Amino acid sequence: MYKITKENLRALFREIAGSRELYLPVEMGGQVNFGVWDEDAKVRLDVLKTVKSPKDIFFPQAETLYTCTGSGKNIRIKPQELKDRDFVVFGMRACDVRGVKVLDQVFLSDPQDTYYAARRAHGILVSMACGRPEESCFCSTFGIDAAAPEGDVAAWMTEKDLFLKPLTEKGEQFITSVESLLTKAEDEAETVEAEQKRIREILEKLPYRNLSLDGWDGGATEEKFDSPIWETLYRPCLACGTCTFVCPTCQCYDIKDYRTAEGVQRYRCWDSCMYSDFTLMAGGNNRTTQLQRFRQRFMHKLIYFPANNQGMYSCVGCGRCVEKCPSSLNIVKVIKAFEKQGGGANV
Amino acid sequence: MCNRRDPLIPQIGVITHVETETPDVKTFRIVRPEGGKLFDHMPGQCAMICVPGVSEGMFSITSSPTNREYQEFSIKRCGMLTEQLHSLEPGDQVTVRGPYGNHFPVETELKGKDLLFIAGGIGLAPLRSVINYVLDNRQDYGKIDILYGARSADDLVRRKEMEEVWMKAPGVNGYLTIDVAQEGWNGHVGFVPDYLKEIGFAADKTALVCGPPIMIKFVLAALEGMGYTKEQVYTTLELRMKCGIGKCGRCNIGSKYVCKDGPVFRLDQIEELPDEY
Repeated sequence: MYKITKENLRALFREIAGSRELYLPVEMGGQVNFGVWDEDAKVRLDVLKTVKSPKDIFFPQAETLYTCTGSGKNIRIKPQELKDRDFVVFGMRACDVRGVKVLDQVFLSDPQDTYYAARRAHGILVSMACGRPEESCFCSTFGIDAAAPEGDVAAWMTEKDLFLKPLTEKGEQFITSVESLLTKAEDEAETVEAEQKRIREILEKLPYRNLSLDGWDGGATEEKFDSPIWETLYRPCLACGTCTFVCPTCQCYDIKDYRTAEGVQRYRCWDSCMYSDFTLMAGGNNRTTQLQRFRQRFMHKLIYFPANNQGMYSCVGCGRCVEKCPSSLNIVKVIKAFEKQGGGANV
Repeated sequence: MCNRRDPLIPQIGVITHVETETPDVKTFRIVRPEGGKLFDHMPGQCAMICVPGVSEGMFSITSSPTNREYQEFSIKRCGMLTEQLHSLEPGDQVTVRGPYGNHFPVETELKGKDLLFIAGGIGLAPLRSVINYVLDNRQDYGKIDILYGARSADDLVRRKEMEEVWMKAPGVNGYLTIDVAQEGWNGHVGFVPDYLKEIGFAADKTALVCGPPIMIKFVLAALEGMGYTKEQVYTTLELRMKCGIGKCGRCNIGSKYVCKDGPVFRLDQIEELPDEY
């Protein structure tokens, strides 16, 4: 265990950024999102949830895959360079760290996505416990402990200090690289434990604390798929896709061309299963209604994904969809709607 | 050329031959720029073909793996990309990545079986790969029946190969049909499912079915009526695809990704999927 006083955090960021890229929550245009640190950055470690999850550090909203030059009888392909420098993501919350683990299941499984894999190999995750969990949070439902986040290094912010604990070899190396700015705090485990206790007490009081996934254990797929509940549940959905863009685990993407003076850039960008053209083919569309698309998103997160990934759900309870949906529709409502039908415990 | 191995980075393919099959289907022969096959594949597998600056699409590989020189793709003109592909000529290049997906179980479950191929329209493309594979390994399979139909005689893909090669091969019976009678056609007239019932194949074969969704629907019902079990019938699914490796999410249906876990499914496997294909 190590610590650094809050006043010295700026010096810590400067030290990290001296040799690596440093991403952390920064305020820009009134919004807080993960961004690259510089001397003028308005760092907001106090903000619990960034608007977008930090997934785009590993899986960018848009990225070039390769560039094609020439045409007709002479096409050449130049793959995009892979990330080859270490970088640090500082202040990730427990839910977002788990979100990256969910993305790992997709992008690191065979055949591996080399663009994502390079970023994961070079990225160091410094997570931070949630000092003030919010009412839209329900990470505990997915077995995530906001008081003890995963990552390469876990951190706890107390009144005066930031405590840091390396959890992996990468984390140890990170600590070593900034050790000159840190103080050893082996005998202050109690301070961190007290902070964890304080956090867990808040978690116990959150409105969704009893949200249960009973009945979403991968069985009864057909029953859920054919349930009449979807017919009323989906109706407020505007098909705007906001939930998919703020989600730390949504990974659907599109691949498109962009013509430039230097050639055709083949790029990928986030896409959304909420959109009507997502499954549109020259030969037809297998999901023509919003009900079908809405159902697909939640069946995927709660049934299909766990079936393929040893029970891991593709939701981490970050609550961003709860906050951002213009129609107040979200995964909590879906889970609850099925509970009322005997699908699980009462909330 | 690129040396990095990433499933999303294609290789260059050169079109060496274009054959006009029907008014809207052309068969393209594609090789590496230095000559030779793009990759090894199995019957039923697909590949992503791209015209840079236009679009990329998934197409089944219609040539057999036993062909050691090139890959072939029979492509129907029905959208932006296929329109562009149809304008290409020998010498033109495209980008190709693959092969993707599973394949017909030619080395396992189909071995030693009597095979009944049922195709409609462009649906012959994926089955042609299997047919030629089976004919090139003739001793490993039993009797072969091929039932193929199209809207008109002009829309029959690979008609010459069907009549002059397959139907003349030992132990092969071929049946052609067209939807509506036309001048110069002396063969059978009628829809594939009806012709199937009319011929009434014994229910001890393994059926491989490819064609438009409506044909597949009625063929499956007909096979069931003839006594075929779900374990005896294979078909392919086709959904929108972008990545080809089960990650972009488009072709997800139930816990399967058609690009990776398909496109070939046995009927009992399809019935386990949500009714959304």
